[in-house]
Amino acid sequence: MSRVRLLVGTRKGAFTLTSDGKRRDWQVSGPHFGGWEIYHVNGSPAEPDRLYASVSSGWFGQVIQRSDDGGASWTPVGNDFAYTGEVGEHLWYDGTPRPWEFKRIWHLEPSRTDPDTVYAGGEDAALYVSSDGGQKWQELTALRQHESGPRWQPGAGGMCLHTILLDPVDPDRIFVAISAAGAFRTDDGGNTWQPINRGLRSGGIPDEEAEVGHCVHRLAMHPSRPEVLFMQKHWDVMRSDDAGGSWREISGNLPTDFGFPIAVHAHEADTVYVIPITSDSEHYVPDGRLRVYRSRTGGDEWEPLTTGLPQANCYVNVLRDAMAVDTLDDCGVYFGTTGGQVYGSADGGETWMPIVRDLPTVLSVEAQVLP
Amino acid sequence: MIRVVLPPHLRNLAGIAGEVRLDVAGTATQRSVLDALELRYPMLLGTIRDRYSGKRRAYVRFFACAEDLSNSAPDEPLPEPVAAGSEPYLVVGAMAGG
Repeated sequence: MSRVRLLVGTRKGAFTLTSDGKRRDWQVSGPHFGGWEIYHVNGSPAEPDRLYASVSSGWFGQVIQRSDDGGASWTPVGNDFAYTGEVGEHLWYDGTPRPWEFKRIWHLEPSRTDPDTVYAGGEDAALYVSSDGGQKWQELTALRQHESGPRWQPGAGGMCLHTILLDPVDPDRIFVAISAAGAFRTDDGGNTWQPINRGLRSGGIPDEEAEVGHCVHRLAMHPSRPEVLFMQKHWDVMRSDDAGGSWREISGNLPTDFGFPIAVHAHEADTVYVIPITSDSEHYVPDGRLRVYRSRTGGDEWEPLTTGLPQANCYVNVLRDAMAVDTLDDCGVYFGTTGGQVYGSADGGETWMPIVRDLPTVLSVEAQVLP
Repeated sequence: MIRVVLPPHLRNLAGIAGEVRLDVAGTATQRSVLDALELRYPMLLGTIRDRYSGKRRAYVRFFACAEDLSNSAPDEPLPEPVAAGSEPYLVVGAMAGG
């Protein structure tokens, strides 16, 4: 029977949660790198025991750790994330220009085919790639050097490149999202980039429909249909049917359309999950009730999923990288909260159970299916 | 022989138990000690100081002989007891937070 492994990054270490295919009984391993902030842990689709972890610290900076045995042991690899060429300037919070300055890696996205190739999204926003298992990192400079770069401005969490989607069909096509610049796409392996924000409306910026400046929180796609993208924006849940060429709002009957994560069912390309929170200044679920919302129509019509989730006195948030699905026949859905709980559903969201309740604040969750 | 004490997180990162003992050619300075440390443990590059500018990370401190050397010039000779190995050179994670 297949096994499932969850890779959980928290404010104070990494954890792995493992179960058999029934996904009822879980073993918790960790903390790995106790005391360090783990923004993301992700596994290679081509070699699931090859894991990469972004390990950072306010004291000691950025480290990347790699495991070749599914997280049993780890080795520090390269951490030289330099901005190549002219560093340039972006806008600071006060509107003054400020040089790009590296702070941390938010997201690691291994290649679908090569376990030694992995992309990394940085703060201040930049995209890096390693083709030697994380030893050396090269910036794909054209993104940061996009003509709009000097107008990019950090969101409240920093000017981070937090989402990387690798097109499963076209190896030269990559989607990224940056807070608070917006979404971008390359069709030539990173040599050129275009903003893909047409149709987004953001009330918090002077020109609501500007080419850049939108606070995109997360993008998701189904691998069978990579031209369809789903987006959780600061406010608004959005959909594009033309690889980001244009967007339309699909918030529909959601109780609030503010949130961070968004995920697509592993086998149903029009089944989408979001976890709304109250507002931009109230980062907790509405009404004290933890509800995952599912649309089976590709948006617009949403249903709350609550069985097994706390429905009173709950005031947690779920961060942008902290929801994932597995690929078993009955799709598993998982998310981790700012309160340290990791919840799982082995039936596409119908019912939920806490896998672990008292971790540090969860920053990221990834799901792997192992033979 | 120079004795270097690292904070626990960096000892874990580099797989170090206890003190590090380094041989440093010529006059022992903060720069030459950290150069030798990073040469032996390259995973520490960037964790104590910027790998290119050499600037100390904001929340790292350098102490020795009950003195704070954090803002001393990196090429100043270290105190004699450190150079002689009778006192350690301390790399410290600064007190930060509440």
